[in-house]
Amino acid sequence: MKGICKSFPGVVALDDVDLTLRPGEVHALLGENGAGKSTLVKVLTGAISRDRGDIILDGTPVEFSTTAEAANLGISTVFQEVNLVSAMSVTKNLALASQTGRFGVISWKKARQDAREKLKRLDLDIDLEQPVGTFSVAIQQLIAIASALNDNTKVLVLDEPTASLDAQETRALFDIVRELKSRGIAVVFITHFLEQVFEISDRISVLRNGQLVGTKPIDDISRGELISMMIGKELGEVESAFSRREGKEPGAEIVRAEGLGRRRTLQPCDISLHKGEVVGLAGLLGSGRTELTKLIFGAIKNDSGTMTVNGKQQLPNTPRKSINTGIALCPEDRKTEGLVGELTIRENIVLSMQAKKGWLRKVPFKEQQKLAAEMIKAMDIATPDAEKQVRQLSGGNQQKVVLARALASKPDVMLLDEPTRGIDVGAHAEIIVLIRKLCEEGLALLVASSEINEIVAVADRVVILRDRSKVGELVGQDVTRDAIIETIAGEDVADS
Amino acid sequence: MALAIILIIDAIIMPGFFEIRIVEGRLFGNVIDILYRAVPTALIALGMAIVIGSRGIDLSVGSIVAICGAVIAWRINAGDPHLLVFFYALLAGVICGMWNGMLVAGLGIQPIIATLILMVAGRGIGLLINSLYGGINPSFESELLQGMSTGSVLYIPTRLFAAAAVFFGLWLLIRRTALGLFIEAVGGNAAASALAGVNSRLITFAAYVVCGFTAAFAGVIMTADTHTSDPVSIAMFSELDAILAVVIGGASLSGGRIYLGMTVIGALVIQALTTSILISGLPPEYNLIIKALVVLFVLFLQSENARATFGLMFKRDVK
Repeated sequence: MKGICKSFPGVVALDDVDLTLRPGEVHALLGENGAGKSTLVKVLTGAISRDRGDIILDGTPVEFSTTAEAANLGISTVFQEVNLVSAMSVTKNLALASQTGRFGVISWKKARQDAREKLKRLDLDIDLEQPVGTFSVAIQQLIAIASALNDNTKVLVLDEPTASLDAQETRALFDIVRELKSRGIAVVFITHFLEQVFEISDRISVLRNGQLVGTKPIDDISRGELISMMIGKELGEVESAFSRREGKEPGAEIVRAEGLGRRRTLQPCDISLHKGEVVGLAGLLGSGRTELTKLIFGAIKNDSGTMTVNGKQQLPNTPRKSINTGIALCPEDRKTEGLVGELTIRENIVLSMQAKKGWLRKVPFKEQQKLAAEMIKAMDIATPDAEKQVRQLSGGNQQKVVLARALASKPDVMLLDEPTRGIDVGAHAEIIVLIRKLCEEGLALLVASSEINEIVAVADRVVILRDRSKVGELVGQDVTRDAIIETIAGEDVADS
Repeated sequence: MALAIILIIDAIIMPGFFEIRIVEGRLFGNVIDILYRAVPTALIALGMAIVIGSRGIDLSVGSIVAICGAVIAWRINAGDPHLLVFFYALLAGVICGMWNGMLVAGLGIQPIIATLILMVAGRGIGLLINSLYGGINPSFESELLQGMSTGSVLYIPTRLFAAAAVFFGLWLLIRRTALGLFIEAVGGNAAASALAGVNSRLITFAAYVVCGFTAAFAGVIMTADTHTSDPVSIAMFSELDAILAVVIGGASLSGGRIYLGMTVIGALVIQALTTSILISGLPPEYNLIIKALVVLFVLFLQSENARATFGLMFKRDVK
């Protein structure tokens, strides 16, 4: 791709970007949200048209105006959200992508055959007649890749393929990526997980504000350098945000849960949260992190155990009751559980606080505006004003709104479930700084995260979960990356 | 945006009205007539706007009107004080709303199915009350209720005052308390609202109760107009007009927004269309088709896809 330019009304999304992909390489495309990654990929795959520039494939300039045309030429994409119809069978989904048949009539025999061949390319042996929705997200991802590949695929774009996969599934996916690579396919890999970038890619390209910052072989760059390329800040600044900080003595105990659990959700476990202390919650996807935060918050009903808040018995619990006693939750999934997309920033921020006050005592409009303005300033939310709909914000800014809403209800305890998932590195650092600041102000925080580096950076104490039960707790100096990984892996590591 | 579009449409329609009115020498007749006839639809639509804001829908409003009519005929002919009968009718609507709210919020049935139950059963209930206490389509006389429906105060029809009172009351309820914010939050994302501490179920329940109440109010006015309880044909298709009014008012059926004022304008647009077609001398057969075309046009202008296409065409013209 040479000299690609694309403008949207009012914004230059891509400014003279060059990108070269070599056969048989994994090329990671990096940048903060809004840097132009998605736009570049959409241009590359024909989803949107470019204003200027050329796309040259095997030495000849190519033109296409739809993703289907691009796929025929050999450029295929698997988009972030898996584009499959979950109620339809595997065969039907694959047939949707490339219809075979005569006179508009699909030959199911041929479709099944095609489907089998496509899946064979990825060594995927699954029941073709089962609805796609019954498979795990990882398998669905592979089905989507299978559906995107055809015989002459030269370039495969994977947009955030690992966003909802756990470590093992990610490894399986990477095996397939390596396999594709060995066949001479150029794989474009977009992700927010920097560790994965270093694990799989051969070269990286970094975009910032629509411009190419640089393309480098992965061996020539360190993690810190990469981040500073992405956010355009000095290396030292970046490293301090992500390095471990020595803790101090925690304050008084606020929440104490003993044997809190629910059958088939979480084995009974103990946890206590203290004033001015950050407790990290580590574990693989599905290990029970989200479940534990929701049990404490009362969004999942417990069937065993006791919990006290400030020394008072608090069970059975409900989200309303939790908020009233000063516990706030920032849920994992911003879109489905965190925010009301149609409402404005102001309304989202006020919601929890208003719920605490009850429907009769409305927070006056002036006060709402004032609060929203304060929060926007304190959190550095990038928005022209507080009346913008939340769904129009970027992921990082949405996460800040979720935090702002929780803070507006004046909690003593904040439960943060994956507070930095799917947001860019700049906002990531800001949120880590914010977590530390809240801790210094005397809040008790529980941070559940799949990123071990993040937990090491913020947590004074770490609770580790495996297979829906608590398997360990590390304090102070024992909190290291290796110690956490060892505890998560448990006997598996001992065996191997 | 929607306001501008509707005002433009009104502006296109109104001059036609105006001329005709001067020719016929009835200076204010038509405008008042439109307001007068739009009252029942507007009342139903107000409740509907709140239910739609909670990402629900209420198909049973026509049936609630029918039930109210039957209750009024029954109690008045039983000799109850007429003011009390008025409250009975409203109470009947509230109970209907509680039933819907219980099905939707309590049992988690999809709103369109849950309210379909009462939509089907409601007119039957009305007939049953009639046949038990009055016979087929019993009529009644009530100075109070008929006065409220067809009378006038200071040259202005009484029902306009009644409608304004309901509108103002709802506005207070929705915008002066946090109920509106909660309903919109639940309509926008029920799971997120619950985790933010909003009692989603109770809020959804409340939306249906309010809708039942406004439908009952409309029922009082419609029944008193004919002073007869006719459960089979009264308020036929009124649920569709109400939904249409809400949508013309700019709300989305996927919930999250309540526009009370715009909903009233939506109801007025529908009535203005009907009246203007009648006055313009077109055969009434055209009424429904033209109505459909105009509604299609309004929604077309509101559609984001259409706007994008128009925007593109406009841009090309400039070049």
